[in-house]
Amino acid sequence: MSDNDTTIPARRRFLVQSAAAAVGAVAGTAHAEEAAPPGIPDWMRAPGADVGSQTYGTPSRFEAGLTRNVPKGLKQYTSASSRSPLQDLDGILTPNGLFYERHHGGIPDIDPAKHRLLIHGLVERPLILTMEDIRRFPSESHIYFLECSGNPGFEAIKGKTASDLVGLVSCAEWTGVRLATVLREAGLRPEAQWVVAEGADAAALTRSIPLAKCLDDALLVYSQNGERLRPQQGYPLRVLLPGFEGNMNVKWLRRLNVSAEPAYSREETSKYTDLMPDGTARQFTFVMEAKSIITRPSGTQRITAGFHEITGIAWTGRGRIRGVQVTTDGGKTWQEAMLQEPVLNRALTRFRLSWTWDGTPTTIASRAIDETGYVQPSFEDLTAVRGLKSFYHNNAVVPWRIAADGEVANGYA
Amino acid sequence: MATREFRAFAATLLLVDIAGSALGAERFEIGRPATEAEIAAWNIDIDRDGRKLPAGHGSVAHGREVFEAQCASCHGQKGEGDTGEQLAGGQGTLASAKPVKTVGSFWPYAPTLFDYIRRAMPMNAPQSLSDGDVYAVSGYVLYLNGLAVENAVFDAKSLAAIRMPNRDGFVPDPRPDVKP
Ligand code: HEC
Repeated sequence: MSDNDTTIPARRRFLVQSAAAAVGAVAGTAHAEEAAPPGIPDWMRAPGADVGSQTYGTPSRFEAGLTRNVPKGLKQYTSASSRSPLQDLDGILTPNGLFYERHHGGIPDIDPAKHRLLIHGLVERPLILTMEDIRRFPSESHIYFLECSGNPGFEAIKGKTASDLVGLVSCAEWTGVRLATVLREAGLRPEAQWVVAEGADAAALTRSIPLAKCLDDALLVYSQNGERLRPQQGYPLRVLLPGFEGNMNVKWLRRLNVSAEPAYSREETSKYTDLMPDGTARQFTFVMEAKSIITRPSGTQRITAGFHEITGIAWTGRGRIRGVQVTTDGGKTWQEAMLQEPVLNRALTRFRLSWTWDGTPTTIASRAIDETGYVQPSFEDLTAVRGLKSFYHNNAVVPWRIAADGEVANGYA
Repeated sequence: MATREFRAFAATLLLVDIAGSALGAERFEIGRPATEAEIAAWNIDIDRDGRKLPAGHGSVAHGREVFEAQCASCHGQKGEGDTGEQLAGGQGTLASAKPVKTVGSFWPYAPTLFDYIRRAMPMNAPQSLSDGDVYAVSGYVLYLNGLAVENAVFDAKSLAAIRMPNRDGFVPDPRPDVKP
């Protein structure tokens, strides 16, 4: 806008700008039609934006609707969650900006130069490490999913989209150092059984990790999909426990207290314990069991009769996905879906099945089977054992109802 | 000759590697030692038995003042819940169709209350309360749940001595528990 624009009162300036935008929109539509043959599209008739005009690239402006799914009207957003838009994602890797969030004390703004990791407790040599120190250790990269254990709860599963229902799962390539390597550097004492991890957030979030997991595949990670962790995922350092519930993968990690016992912190007593119908609560329920969801066609999408590729994601905290079965007739028959390579340990696995919809109302759903032979249960089978009050670890089959007009809707609601 | 040298080199590597992982001996000399004082300044973990509770004490009466000034705006005057969670009530409901999980009905260990309030509350200013205030307000939350008397004073010993109603309510993970 030119300098003399400032002489126009703000409100009028706004009107002028919106009018210009509207004209642009109309013109845009006209040109878009011309982009089909025999027309030559506008974007070929003049050079595009300069190289480096965006120093950190963002998606096309036409994808502006692809965002995290943030629930509306919560009482507070300090301890809350936002979901990945699963129905609009392809493949198995979640873009960093769309990775699901669950924080208990907001997102801290940490200067990595000032950040420190303290390792103490039952160790020979208590240590303080800087981020530079941590990046000096031998590193590894692995693709793993992360899932919040309340994804979703068991009651009032009223969400409309795949994201509303199970959007608290995402997957990335993580780079960091083996936790075992760092613990070895400090030297474990024989009584060590647990490692209590604490975040440098306003919740000083604390979870206890069994030593066996720490010495197995646990990582301390600083990078995600090739770049440094985003603040929402624990910048500059987090714990990554493949297949274990999200909350244990402590973000903004600042302290590891090697102990003989768990801390029995609030997050492993009051929360993240599963209340059973008899009033007892299961504790230390770490592994996320096998689960899958069809992401296309899925809730709020509309399909027409004819060919469709059914696709979705499957995962298991116990290793690899062995197979995914899909029903297109409300559970009467199940067909084997094709698994997209690579099928990785404790990562999302993409499945696909070709399908021709004949236009009659039906229900479609997927169920995952993992390499241990475990089969993803129906909601009825799951709740017959656990009731409706356990809140965490609902890995039931998600049904999508398809109406005569092709509208796809949540089969639970 | 180059090959022989390489083999010898590889053999050495293999030995180092086996020794390193088997004996836990491999070290990189990265980082610096943490002093006792540094550890003490950062370590705020309290165990469930309360053996690690710090010195200091606070009364339920003072806890009421702290609670009304710094907690009630989110948790309600009597801990009935608002923006923050319900902190009192619900005892005896866990096996019912409408379980109410609170400090009094669900939390197994009183020292965890001290640990959590000290590290995370009040939510708008965590780690701002003195240890004495944390004892006091923990005591007041117990009082709101009928687990402490009005004139009680809490310190490491008396907080650890509180037996929470749901202490034995937790069981280990039996999964996989759902058969197809
Ligand atoms: C700004 C609002 C706010 C204030 C002020 C506040 N809290 Fe909280 N409190 C919360 C929220 C929100 C949670 C839930 C946090 C979560 O789950 O991550 C919570 C959780 C708790 C819990 C855990 C409840 C459970 O069953 O797990 C306790 C105990 C608690 N607060 C005590 C206090 C005390 C004591 C104070 C005052 C010193 C206080 N809070 C001040 C908002 C607040």
